[in-house]
Amino acid sequence: MLIGPCIAISAHGGEVPVKLASGEQAALVQSRCSVCHSLDYIVMNSRFLSRTAWEGEVRKMMKVMGAPVPENEVAPIVDYLTQNYGVK
Amino acid sequence: MPNRRSFLRTVAGGITLATTGLMGRARADLPQGALDSAMRDSLPGKQPLIKRAFRPPNYESPVEVFDEVITPNDRFFVRWHLSNIPRVEAGSWRLGVGGDGAERGFELTLEALKRDFEPVELVAVCQCAGNRRGLSDPHVPGVQWGYGAMGNARWKGARLKDILARADLKKEAVEIAFNGSDRGPLDATPAFAKSIPAWKALDENTMVAYEMNGAPLPHWNGFPARIVVPGWTATYWMKQVTSIRALSQPLAGFWMNTAYRIPKDKFPVIDRFTSQESDTTTPVTEILVNSLITNITDGGRFPSGQPMSVKGIAWDGGYGIGDVEVSIDDGRSWQGAVLGENYGRYSFRTWEYRFAPQLAGRMTLMARASNVRGTLQPSELIFNAPGYHNNVVQRIAIDIV
Repeated sequence: MLIGPCIAISAHGGEVPVKLASGEQAALVQSRCSVCHSLDYIVMNSRFLSRTAWEGEVRKMMKVMGAPVPENEVAPIVDYLTQNYGVK
Repeated sequence: MPNRRSFLRTVAGGITLATTGLMGRARADLPQGALDSAMRDSLPGKQPLIKRAFRPPNYESPVEVFDEVITPNDRFFVRWHLSNIPRVEAGSWRLGVGGDGAERGFELTLEALKRDFEPVELVAVCQCAGNRRGLSDPHVPGVQWGYGAMGNARWKGARLKDILARADLKKEAVEIAFNGSDRGPLDATPAFAKSIPAWKALDENTMVAYEMNGAPLPHWNGFPARIVVPGWTATYWMKQVTSIRALSQPLAGFWMNTAYRIPKDKFPVIDRFTSQESDTTTPVTEILVNSLITNITDGGRFPSGQPMSVKGIAWDGGYGIGDVEVSIDDGRSWQGAVLGENYGRYSFRTWEYRFAPQLAGRMTLMARASNVRGTLQPSELIFNAPGYHNNVVQRIAIDIV
């Protein structure tokens, strides 16, 4: 199903920067979360996760994948994800 | 919508139309965010595939790719866990074989792997355990795959059992573990590693493959060599394999203890990974019987009174397809489809059902495969939180006009 216009870009396949929803903490989320992966991982997982579920994902990134996110950044990151990408 | 060969990027929307009210209920579809962030994109050496994530790359094949029973290398899906994926140079690649469960340790070059062990070839489906996760209802987090995180190829390589024979397994070897070359950008990220039971490693069909459809493996599919475990999900098919270790203890770590696990006794699985079972969960192993309609999508329109074909593929964990049945009345009655050529029990099997719809109006097509053991696709999704084993009977809505 085609949504919107076709855009021909003469470039090899490569990461197109994924734009996150604007808002307080967007920059924080962008900088913390793009170290290891593109931000489409966030967008594709919307909008069906609860706050608890988003917190679970963030803590998995920290605990399992080793993301260096200080504890005092967890709440603002989870707030942003829930508000913009959480279940409505 | 044309599929342009060169660098056309288009937004690829849903696999099915996201409509409610059709046949009185919501149609299963990907989450809206997955529809919004998907696009057709070409990795180097690949035709445009449906991008789910750029980095690490997770790209699936559009359904029309499966009109052909063998999936071409340049349209084969791509799935990586970690984003630092080195370009491996064939001459400098080494495969280490050993471990505390083996008497002998040694190293192989690619040339030695091809020369020293009798090559074997077979056609087998490589399917991500999370294929169709995006169609889970309710939705669950993870890569939101549609139908295309799978492919069927002719694999050529050395039998893993022949390599392990040279290593001379000790009787206490319980598992064989594989390491690859990809890494996360952070040292703290656990490298992807998997093990399989020793008995599965010694299966004559388990191989270290270095060719796919008569050509070297594409970089994105694991050049120069990968593990191939016919019948089992692709998590075990370690790409860019660098080490094969026989273990006297079960492999531990996130990728075995936490990831790729399902509730015990929830699925009709025969092959169990008993050395890795906990009280409540067990590792994903076999591919479950499944089918896909490949020539018709939701919303197709067909003239009444004219013959038409429903075509597709069916596959399972290697027992072999027994029957494929098609329903054109929303599951009230089923008729047998004609099965196509048999490329072996690990391969896709094509099928076709021809009929002439008579009455105008909406029609629901369904396809249901069973394997030779009599295991049938379920009519209700077997829901699980990680989103594995989605093999619920497919429904497609068409209009007869």
